[in-house]
Amino acid sequence: MFAIYPIVESLRLSLYQAGEGDGVFVGLANYARLVGEPYWAEQFWNAFKNNVLLFAMHMLIQNPIALALAALLSIPTLKGAATYRTIFFLPTLLSVVVVGFIWQLILSPLWGVTPAFMNWLGVGSFFKPWLGLESTALITVTLISIWQYVGIPLMLFYAALLNVPEETIEAARIDGLNGWWIFWKVKLPLILPTLGLVGILTYIGNFTASFDLIYSIQGGLAGPNFSTDVMGTFLFRTFFGFQAQLGDVHMGATVASALFFIILIGVSLYLFGVQRRLQRYDH
Amino acid sequence: MKVSATKAAVAAVALCLSGTAAAQKVVISIESWRAEDQAIWDDLILPVFEEQNPDIDVQFTPTTATEYNAALNARLAGGTAGDVITCRPFDNALAMYNDGSLEDIKSLEGLSNFSDVAKAAWSTDKGDATFCVPMASVIHGFMYNKDAFAELGLEVPKTEGDFYAVLDKIKDDGGYVPMAMGTKDAWEAATMGYTNIGPAYWGGEEGRLGLISGKAKFTDDGFVEGFRQMARWTPYLGNGFQAQGYTDSQNLFTLGRAAIYPTGSWEITGFQENADFELGAFAPPSKDADSNCYISDHTDIGIGMNAATENKEEVMKFLAWTTSAEFAELLTNAAPGFFSLSQHDINVENALAQEFVAMRGQCEATIRVAHQILSRGEPALGNQLWTITANVINGSLSPEDAAKEAQANLDGWYKP
Amino acid sequence: MLVRERITSTGIHAVLIAYSMLALFPLVLIVINSLKSKKAIFRDPTGLPVGEAFSWKGYASVLTNSDFPLYFGNSLIVTCVSLFLILLFGAMASHALSEYRFPGDTFLGLYLILGIMVPIRLGTVALLQLVVDLNLANTLTALILVYTAQGLPIAIFIFTEFLKSVSREIKDSARIDGLSEYRIFFEVVVPLVRPVIATVAVFSMIPIWNDLCFPLILSPGEETRTVTLGVQQFIGQYTVNWGAVLASLSVAILPVLIMYVIFSKQLIRGITSGAVKG
Repeated sequence: MFAIYPIVESLRLSLYQAGEGDGVFVGLANYARLVGEPYWAEQFWNAFKNNVLLFAMHMLIQNPIALALAALLSIPTLKGAATYRTIFFLPTLLSVVVVGFIWQLILSPLWGVTPAFMNWLGVGSFFKPWLGLESTALITVTLISIWQYVGIPLMLFYAALLNVPEETIEAARIDGLNGWWIFWKVKLPLILPTLGLVGILTYIGNFTASFDLIYSIQGGLAGPNFSTDVMGTFLFRTFFGFQAQLGDVHMGATVASALFFIILIGVSLYLFGVQRRLQRYDH
Repeated sequence: MKVSATKAAVAAVALCLSGTAAAQKVVISIESWRAEDQAIWDDLILPVFEEQNPDIDVQFTPTTATEYNAALNARLAGGTAGDVITCRPFDNALAMYNDGSLEDIKSLEGLSNFSDVAKAAWSTDKGDATFCVPMASVIHGFMYNKDAFAELGLEVPKTEGDFYAVLDKIKDDGGYVPMAMGTKDAWEAATMGYTNIGPAYWGGEEGRLGLISGKAKFTDDGFVEGFRQMARWTPYLGNGFQAQGYTDSQNLFTLGRAAIYPTGSWEITGFQENADFELGAFAPPSKDADSNCYISDHTDIGIGMNAATENKEEVMKFLAWTTSAEFAELLTNAAPGFFSLSQHDINVENALAQEFVAMRGQCEATIRVAHQILSRGEPALGNQLWTITANVINGSLSPEDAAKEAQANLDGWYKP
Repeated sequence: MLVRERITSTGIHAVLIAYSMLALFPLVLIVINSLKSKKAIFRDPTGLPVGEAFSWKGYASVLTNSDFPLYFGNSLIVTCVSLFLILLFGAMASHALSEYRFPGDTFLGLYLILGIMVPIRLGTVALLQLVVDLNLANTLTALILVYTAQGLPIAIFIFTEFLKSVSREIKDSARIDGLSEYRIFFEVVVPLVRPVIATVAVFSMIPIWNDLCFPLILSPGEETRTVTLGVQQFIGQYTVNWGAVLASLSVAILPVLIMYVIFSKQLIRGITSGAVKG
C-alpha cells in the first residue's frame, strides 16, 4: 500500500495539468512537453545522459573494485579480513552531509589538502578545481560516490564468494589450478547471478540514490551549468521547485513516471534477459 | 543502546506531562527557514510577546533553509504546517496565497506602518490582498577588511573606476585575494554580483520596472553592462574560484585572506563573530563621479497566517504585534543586518549595520531585478540568472549572449 | 613455494592497506575537524586538534543538548523496528515467491518489484495525507511504516535471488521429516540464508538511519525528531556550525557501526554453520 500508492498517484497526476480544483485531464500532453519543448527536453536528455554516464562509471569502476577487494578478502588464509571489511564499509555508513562537506574540503583549491598532497608528489601543476569545471565535475562526484558506496557491492560479492562450496575449490586445486585461475574459472562463473544482481542494483541506485550526494555537493541546480544534473535533481527541482522556481506537481509527476518507465525497462531487461542466461550458467 | 532507549521513553513521558500542565495555553508555532535565529526568537523576541499575552505560547520551529519550501509545501498540503508562516517574497508566497494556504490579512491595522513598496512583495499584483506582514529587508553591498585596507593604504571606492583601482592594487600587492567569491554555488554570482552592482547600470527601479512594463530589454546596454562587469571580476577572484562555494568564500574572508567580500547585510552577525579584524562596508560603486549609486534593499522576509490554523485569533494578535515599533526594534537589533521594513523610527545599535543603513540615505534603492513577476517563466528568471552569471564569470558565456538568453526567456512567455 | 606465498600475501596486504588508507583518510579528517573550532578547520584542515585549534565546542553542543539522547532513541527505535519488519516480511514473502506456485505469483512478484522503481519520496505529499488520515502524523509509527514499505521491495528482490540457490532437496527432505511449513521456513531456510539476511539488514539500515526527508515531513515534532533532523538545527541559512555538524554526525555513526559489526559477525557465522548443514 505505502509502496504502490505513490506510483499510482504520480502516474495519475502526470496526466493532468494545473487548473480548477483537481486539475484538467490532458492525456499524454505532459509527456509530449517533456520530450518536445526545448526547456524540458534539454534538461531531460541532459539528466538522462548524465545518469547513463554515472551508471557506466559505477559499473566500470565501482563494481570491479568491489569485486577485486571481495576476492582478496575471501582468501581463507587472509589475516585481519574482518578489520579490512569494516574499514571498507565505514564510508557507506556516513551521512551524505558530512561526505559532501569533507570531500569539498579535501578537493578545495583554497584549503590546501589536495594541492599540498599533489605538490608533495611533484604533480602539483595538475591540480584543477575539479568540482567547479564542467568537464570534470560529474566524474569527480562519481568518484566520491564510489568511495562512499563501494562497500555495498563489496558485501554482496563477499557473501557470494564465501558461499562457493569448499569442495569445488578443493577439486580445482587438485586439478592444479592456482588461486588466480580458481577465481576466474571456478568462483567467477558461480557468482555470476550476484554480478547480475549488483548490476541491477547499481542501475536502480543510479536513478534513485544518486540524488542525495549530488544535491549535497553541487546543490539543486547541479552546477556548474547543469553538468552534474541527474534525473533525481531534475525531478526534485521540478516537483518541489527551487528558489525562484515554483514546484510543478504535474510536470514533476511526469518526470517521475518517465523515470519509472526507464527503470522498468532496465529491470525487465534484467529479469527476462540477463537473469535467465545467468541461471543457465548456474546449473 | 538500551540506556538511550530508556532515556527516550522517560523524555517522551516527561514531554507528555509538561504538555498537560500547559494545556490551558494556546500554542502557536512559527514556520521559518532561519534556523540560525532560533536563540534570538526563543530568548529575545518571543518572551516579550508572551509576557504581554500570557495565554499564548509561541514556538519558533525552523526548517533548514534549503529544505524549507519543499517541507513547508508538503506540510501545508498534509495539514500539519505551523500556524504562523514566514514568507519568502513575491511569487513564492503569492502561490501559497493563490492555493489558499495563506490567509488574506489586508484588514490588519498595523499594515499602515509599512510602505507600499514593502507591501508589494506580499500582495497580489493588483494589490487587492496582502497576505504577509513585511518583516525585514537585506541590503546588498560589499564588506571589506579594514586592516587590509589600512595596510595597503587603500580608500573605500566610490565609483567603478575607484573600485577596479583598489582591486588592482590588492592584486599587485599579492598578500590578499582581492575578492572572495566563487561560482560553484552560482547564487552568489547572481545575488552578490549581478543584482548587487548591476542597478548602477540599468538605473535601479527604472530599469527593473522597465523590464516589467516592456520598455526595457535585457539586451539593452545597461543590463548587458552588468554582465560585462561580471566578466571583469574574474581576474580578481581567488585561485580555483570555479570550485569555491559559499562557505568557502565566507571563510576565506573571515580568516583574513581576502580583502573584499561582495555580500549583503545578512552576514553581519556571523562575520562579527568570526573575523579577528575590523569590518567595514561600502555601497556598490556608481558608474562615475556624476552618477548616483544604487543599492538593492531587498524585501526578503515576511510573516503571515496559515489559512488552516485553528487559532486565528491568537495568530492575528501575534501578527498585529509584528507590525509594532517594539517588534521592529527588537528584530532589527537582535538580528543586525535584517532591517525592519516598517516606517517606525528605529535606533540601529550595531555599528556595521549602521553603515548599511546609512547607504539608504546615500544611494537609490531597488530590489533584486528578477524577483517581481519576471520569475514566472520556465526556467524562472531568478534561477536562470544564477547559472548564466556564473557562466559569464567562468568565461563559458559572453556577456552579450547571457543577456540574449535572459531576454529570450522573457520573450518566450512574458507579455508586458 | 613458501617464499612465493609470503610475497603474494604481502602484496595482498599492500593492496588492502592502500585501499584502507583511501577509505580512512577522509574519515580521519572528519574526526580531527570535529574537534576543532570552525576557524581552525579552514585555516588548516589537516592540522591536528591541538593547542589553539582544539575545541570541544562541537561535541559540547551535542552532548549538553538534552534532546540528543531522545533523538538517538528515536532513530534507534525507527531503524530497528523497520529493519525487523523488513527482514521478517521480506524473507517470508520471498520464500513464498520462490517456493510455492500460486495463482498470480508472478503478478505479485512484479507488483513488489515495482516498488523499487519509483523513489517513494515522490509520493511524499500523498503519503503525508495518508498519514494524517490515519492520525499518525508526528509519530514514529508513521516513519516505521514508510521505511518498511520503502525497504521491502529491494529486500525481497535480493532475498529472492539468493533463495533460488537454496537447494530444493534440503527443503524437501525437511518436508518428508514432517516439519510444518513455518518450521521449514524458520529452522531450515532462515539459517541457510543468514548471510543474506545480514546483507539485506546492512543494505536497508543505512538509508533509514541517514534519511532526512521523511522525518522532516512526517514527524518534525520535538518528541519524534531523529538524529539527522536534530543535526539540521546547526545548519543555518547563511552560517553553518560545522564543528557541531561534524561532531554530531561522527557520534551518529557509532550506533550503525555497532549494528554493522553485529550483522557482519552473523554473516560469517551463518556461512560456516550453513556449510556444515549443507
